[in-house]
Amino acid sequence: MSDVTLKHITKRFRDVTALRDVSFEIADGEFFVLLGQTGAGKTTTLRVIAGLEQHDEGQLLFDGELVDNLTPADRDVAFVFQQYSLYPTMSVYDNLAFPLRSPMRKTPEAEIRQRVQSAAETLRINHLLDRKTAHLSGGEMQRVSIGRAIVREPRIYLMDEPLSNLDAKLREALRVELQHLQKTQGSTTLFVTHDQVEALTMADRIGVLDQGQLVQVGSPDDIYDRPATTFVAQLVGTPGINLLPANRQNGSLIVKDSSIQLPKQSGSDNVPADFILGVRPEDVQPSPNGNFAGEVRLIEPLGVETILHIKSGQQSLLSIVTGMASWTIGEPVRFNIAGDRVHYFANDGKRVS
Amino acid sequence: MASFEETGPRNPVTESIRVDKVHPRARFLDNARAIFVLILALIGLIPVLAMGLTAFKSRADVVAVPPKIAFEPTLEGFVFLLTERSQLSGTKLEEAKANADDLGLFGQIALRNGQRINGPSDYVTRLWNSLIIAGGSTIISVVLGLFAAYAFSRFDIPGKDDLLFFILSTRMLPAVVVTIPLFLMFRQLGLFDTHLGMILLYTVFNLSLTVWLLKGFIDEIPREYEEAALVDGYTRFQAFYKIVLPQAATGIAATTVFSLIFAWNEYAFALMLTSNNARTAPPAIATMLGRGGIEWSAIAAGTLTFLIPVVIITFALRRHLLRGVTFGAIRQ
Repeated sequence: MSDVTLKHITKRFRDVTALRDVSFEIADGEFFVLLGQTGAGKTTTLRVIAGLEQHDEGQLLFDGELVDNLTPADRDVAFVFQQYSLYPTMSVYDNLAFPLRSPMRKTPEAEIRQRVQSAAETLRINHLLDRKTAHLSGGEMQRVSIGRAIVREPRIYLMDEPLSNLDAKLREALRVELQHLQKTQGSTTLFVTHDQVEALTMADRIGVLDQGQLVQVGSPDDIYDRPATTFVAQLVGTPGINLLPANRQNGSLIVKDSSIQLPKQSGSDNVPADFILGVRPEDVQPSPNGNFAGEVRLIEPLGVETILHIKSGQQSLLSIVTGMASWTIGEPVRFNIAGDRVHYFANDGKRVS
Repeated sequence: MASFEETGPRNPVTESIRVDKVHPRARFLDNARAIFVLILALIGLIPVLAMGLTAFKSRADVVAVPPKIAFEPTLEGFVFLLTERSQLSGTKLEEAKANADDLGLFGQIALRNGQRINGPSDYVTRLWNSLIIAGGSTIISVVLGLFAAYAFSRFDIPGKDDLLFFILSTRMLPAVVVTIPLFLMFRQLGLFDTHLGMILLYTVFNLSLTVWLLKGFIDEIPREYEEAALVDGYTRFQAFYKIVLPQAATGIAATTVFSLIFAWNEYAFALMLTSNNARTAPPAIATMLGRGGIEWSAIAAGTLTFLIPVVIITFALRRHLLRGVTFGAIRQ
């Protein structure tokens, strides 16, 4: 396994800049997740690392060695595609053996057999080895496709939303398996997803991409608790963070068009006069003696927890409470905001702290 | 309300792969359609049938009015077609008849008309020429077309659309318009009446067809397969050979058949640009005349033997001609 470094990578497609000055490092054995919306440049990043696209500017290093001019074959990476991409004319066994049979590796057939068997066992697909790939279910296809990556020891695994075409149950199961696999093998993995849950649950570190630019790199905790911009704050967490326009008067923080007014907080000294207040829904808690007044506008019971839509003045807030709550729509409600856990953003979206 | 299982879908389902879901009315329509197509096919096949029958008729039966459906089949037509004969008379004929037992099947048939076989006819050479020229030009144009189509499909080529149109435009000129210039050029270059000349000519004509057809087929093969192969440690050519080629088999088969049929059936150029050495079967059949009247049975036999190779190849590739052999392992 290798560590991978991207230095100031820029990639253009005709007039469109897909990646703009992207730099980050993936340590040996690290599970790095690239998170972003569709079109953010996640897949392009993977393809640049794999050598399927040539970047226009910047440098790409594996273990400190420049690989910019190496062919995909010579870079020795494994790519798991979103659409599985199993070779339809081959059996599952031949699909798994395909990377080992490459002329540049010349693996003896006996070793191929043994490696395919062990990969198939790891992924619990040994009963499928003789099948044609067209007769597999989606989950089985994706297992085979992951199997094709783990039969050899590549320098890095690149995974392009491998779980997004699976149904919810299967996705969870395979997510756990993938994590287990990565931890036991200690493999360097770059995993691309638009699903914040996948990112938060699997990653050692997360990089957030927005319109071809890397917005923030950090541990899942960093990303969730210290989002660098309002974009990152909105991207992670369900339900989404409450972003309220606010201003500062004599130290206290006043949310516009509402009765919400927080006293001076320890971290709020550098906050500009006009700013955006970010409050996670779990930090808005109804309480009979709450400091602020509002009205219940909508209730979404989810079983374990309930999402309350609260209107206070002209502002709407989401609150998440445990259990099934017995609110009715239109009912007045009092609530508290955990003042020490709020986020401050300047009006351009940048975090202030 | 009655359950769905009892009554079936409320609106007739006219298209489905599940027989039990299709409404009876739609099934009847399907049958009617099939019968209609069958009748059309039979009408279309009548000339072929007439030709097949004529090939096995004797001289007398060929010209009988009304045409005979039931007759004694003979290989006379094939003997006329495939052999060069000379007329025997007087003592020579008696002599030949006495030794008739030494003759083969064709020889005996010839003898019945008072003829002796001197050797194979020109038509055998013509058929052989057709095979070499059609086969050669088909192989070359499919192979070249495959590489060109792959490049057009996968790479960013400057002026790609213009180039493709340019390739297609070679098909826009009617053959008649270019025959005279081609004739002059071929004579200058020493290509007139050569196999090489005809192979080159048919290759040029077929290339536009093969490039366009194959590009369509290759466009439908997702790039991800090759990209997966590239990452798995293969060069682009290896990926093409191992991944694209098996999946393009259907398209290659279809293109081969189209290309072969064109080259095999081509008449006008073959008539103008060959004389003896490289003359193909189609102009040869058209100019086939017997001694003392047209040998209809020989012409029919010639046409029949001419049809057979194309039928065999189309039949051999029929499984590939049906689409949808390789769909499946990429989720859209």
